[in-house]
Amino acid sequence: MSRGEYLLRRLGFGLFVLLGVLLVTFVVSRVVPGDPARLYLGPRASPEALAQVRERLGLDDPLPKQFVKYVASTLQGDLGYSFRTKRPIIEDLKVRLPATMELVILSTGLALLVGVPVGVLGASRRGKGFDQVSRILTIAGVSIPAFWWALLLQLVFFLWLGLLPLGGRVSQDIQLHHPIQMITGFYLIDAAVTGNWIAWRDAALHILLPACVLATYPLSLAVRMTRASMVEVLSEVYVTAARAQGLSEREILFRLALKNAIVPTLTIMGLVFAYSITGAVLVEIVFTWPGMGSYMTDAILNKDIYVLFAVTLVVTVIYIFVNLLVDLVQAALDPRIRIGRGGEA
Amino acid sequence: MVSTRLGRRRFAGVLGWRPEPGSSLWYLQRDRIAMISLGVLILMVLLAIFAPWLTPYPDQGRGTPNVAEKLKPPSLAHPFGTDPLGRDVWARVLFGARTALIAGITIQVVSTIGGTVLGAIAGYFGGWLDEAIMRVTDIFLAFPPLLLAMTVASVLEPSLGNSILAITLVWWPWYARLARGQVISVRERDYVKAARGIGVNDATIIVRHILPNIMSPVLVQATLDLGAAILTVSALSFVGLGVPPPTADWGAMVNEGRIYIQNGRWWVATFPGLALFVTIMAFNLLGDGIQLATSPKARGVS
Amino acid sequence: MDAGTCTSAVPLLEVDDLRVVFPTPRGMVKAVWGVSFQIQKGHMYGIVGESGCGKTATGRAILRLIPPPGKIVGGRILFRGENLMEKSEEEMRRVRGRSISMIFQDPAAALNPLFTIGQQITAIMKRHKVAHGEALRQRAEQLFEELGLPHSRDLLECYPHQLSGGMQQRVMIAMALCVESDLLIADEPTSCLDVTIQSQILDLLVRLQKQRGLAIMLITHDLGVVAETCERVAVFYLGRIVEQGAVSEVFRHPRHPYTQGLLAALPDPQRWGSPLKMIPGSVPTPLEAIPGCAFAPRCEFATDTCGNVEPQLVSVGDDHLAACFLYAADPGKGRGRA
Repeated sequence: MSRGEYLLRRLGFGLFVLLGVLLVTFVVSRVVPGDPARLYLGPRASPEALAQVRERLGLDDPLPKQFVKYVASTLQGDLGYSFRTKRPIIEDLKVRLPATMELVILSTGLALLVGVPVGVLGASRRGKGFDQVSRILTIAGVSIPAFWWALLLQLVFFLWLGLLPLGGRVSQDIQLHHPIQMITGFYLIDAAVTGNWIAWRDAALHILLPACVLATYPLSLAVRMTRASMVEVLSEVYVTAARAQGLSEREILFRLALKNAIVPTLTIMGLVFAYSITGAVLVEIVFTWPGMGSYMTDAILNKDIYVLFAVTLVVTVIYIFVNLLVDLVQAALDPRIRIGRGGEA
Repeated sequence: MVSTRLGRRRFAGVLGWRPEPGSSLWYLQRDRIAMISLGVLILMVLLAIFAPWLTPYPDQGRGTPNVAEKLKPPSLAHPFGTDPLGRDVWARVLFGARTALIAGITIQVVSTIGGTVLGAIAGYFGGWLDEAIMRVTDIFLAFPPLLLAMTVASVLEPSLGNSILAITLVWWPWYARLARGQVISVRERDYVKAARGIGVNDATIIVRHILPNIMSPVLVQATLDLGAAILTVSALSFVGLGVPPPTADWGAMVNEGRIYIQNGRWWVATFPGLALFVTIMAFNLLGDGIQLATSPKARGVS
Repeated sequence: MDAGTCTSAVPLLEVDDLRVVFPTPRGMVKAVWGVSFQIQKGHMYGIVGESGCGKTATGRAILRLIPPPGKIVGGRILFRGENLMEKSEEEMRRVRGRSISMIFQDPAAALNPLFTIGQQITAIMKRHKVAHGEALRQRAEQLFEELGLPHSRDLLECYPHQLSGGMQQRVMIAMALCVESDLLIADEPTSCLDVTIQSQILDLLVRLQKQRGLAIMLITHDLGVVAETCERVAVFYLGRIVEQGAVSEVFRHPRHPYTQGLLAALPDPQRWGSPLKMIPGSVPTPLEAIPGCAFAPRCEFATDTCGNVEPQLVSVGDDHLAACFLYAADPGKGRGRA
């Protein structure tokens, strides 16, 4: 299988999954609940409003027709209206998505930058003190509920030590006197680009705790996965061969074996991302972070159900895209994937 | 060193159980961390079962408010303090253990069985059945799990049963995929071919020859995931999609106590969260120990 | 005949009373137990035995590459008179690949799948500082040509999975020789290859031995290979050497019942049609503690002594040792060693 063919196959698979995802959200939103219109408008809707919505959503049409319409409008970016904000959901998301992505990208980056080297060291010092400690700490990391961990850190760093802010993206002060000009929606980038260093410092202090809490799970996961695949690789004959050739242990670990270990580890990149972004829902609540997570929880409280579907859909599409990207990077790293064993694992 | 060895021998002796050296069980019972975790979990189960007898306020554990005593810090009468409705937090934590364990174990059992059966069918028969089951699996795996569970739960009435249902829906595909892979590797073994050759029917082959041979990796994965199941249940309750009040639930309790942290009433949220953390950690440590004990490669003995 | 053992010249490699153990939950496995032999410069030395007899562990022990939890618990390994056991890990790294190199049974597993052949071979040359820059490629290509690898320029850009097994093993040999080492430990270098390729690789090794004066320690289970290529041989059984000496001697007059059994089990063209002989029983697991001679339970000549006392290697001919009481006048005193 050539590289192009492989790429096409992965793309086709991504499209298929996307369609399937749309089908699932359609079924859950239109078929599972008794009256989707009531779901759409919330509990206190008037009969006239209900009839109007039923008309507009085409709920009296046969289901297959409804599904086609649903797919068509979704692909055009029409994710429906929010019952609470009275705005198109897509407009709300344009503001909310960058806030969440800033958090997610920062914590995913942190997780990989710290997690991979720690995993490598754990594998090379297998069974020793470092490895034992990292085993316990990483299991703690995947066990600690993010929302509780966030509260504990708030308790320590805000309430007891007074070092860090309680929540939000920037202080009100800064918003008034040094507002950040919106370019990308990522405060750290926007503030840096415009040279607004006072606001940058403030934004950095605000993002520190949420990013650390959010990084905990994926970081632990990255350590464990890297360690596991590294242990596997280190038992391969080619590692013994490299030692027999007199290569230094550092070169073997970080140049040779890591490349082999990183290919399976990359698979969890997608998973890491999924955990970050869903973890963000919980962390944003605690830190009153104005992203998709708090948008979602507001929607849950207000029974603004279609917001949930929209967020789920958008996040899932990003997730599918990340997985596709991971596949491509793996194919680039491992020459055997292009030729031999293609297809989905 | 001597004392731990003695302790270990006594421990094995009490149970009247002495696994053969080198077997998986032998490795597991030598893993002190896994054994401590098992102890913690047994304790948790006992606390959940005997909850009403372990507190002077079983009614408060079930949800009856006692507003006169609200938000009292930890004391001898209330070791974990009281919540905004004046209920004893220790009693609530005890009753919360019931919710967490029932939900986690139900999700895990149903998803493991359901996923394994579907995966086994797909792997054994192959062809269009395999395609159909696995493509559905792919679609469910494409969602970030917690997110889909939240969406499904929000459409349904809030109840323990429905949050279990919502999580099970996103939980089974992992086992389907795992079981299918295992079945495919077992399917081509000689004894299965031989059974098919002499005309044993498919159901018998699956039950007699295939399932017993794929059970061990599936069960290891299931124990590994039990902690994650409880974590997901608690996350759902934390955002208000779990068990409706007044039933005690650790995730919901942390949420109730969240705003009180800011003015120093840390105990309301801290203790239920700690109970969650300890339980999930114990499940994960035990699962990790089981995984280490059952895989010769991970043990490092060639 | 072999002059090495008679002269006072320091042998290239001298292994003396080597002991390697692997701890397992069920007890200590003595993978190599009291093994001694010498390899002269430019010689091909055969180590022969069934799988699990400790021959691979011996090869790896020389480079101090026993995978943990296994470890070397005794003995000396003298290379050009220097004891490798006393060297630091850093000093050992300068010995590995430079003075002593190694090739493996399965070349497909011994080559890193994610790096090109060029990247892998130049990494070794850079590490041992034998060449720099463009000279690296030239040297590699030259070596490939010498080893009979076609299209050497493209070859450097290839990934291992794009080559055939025979080519992979040639590449491994090239990687072992790119620093001009004096001793090559070849661990079953042909077992994973097709029969026709096997003889090509063996011919290549013999040629390199003759042309470059390379000493080769050939680890194999194939007596035929040893007979064709080696000057001297050691026969391993359960971590011990049961017979050793010049190939001509050992193969013409095998003394130890185990060697006799092995040779009798070889197909002989002069006896086409007659059934092959077999050694009764099977190799015990290394965990079973066997008092006395390890081969005694399978030996048709075994006596009570064999079951109680461990026999030592004694001279049984010209440049020929065997560890068997059949040749020791007095079981208690049989302690000859070359």
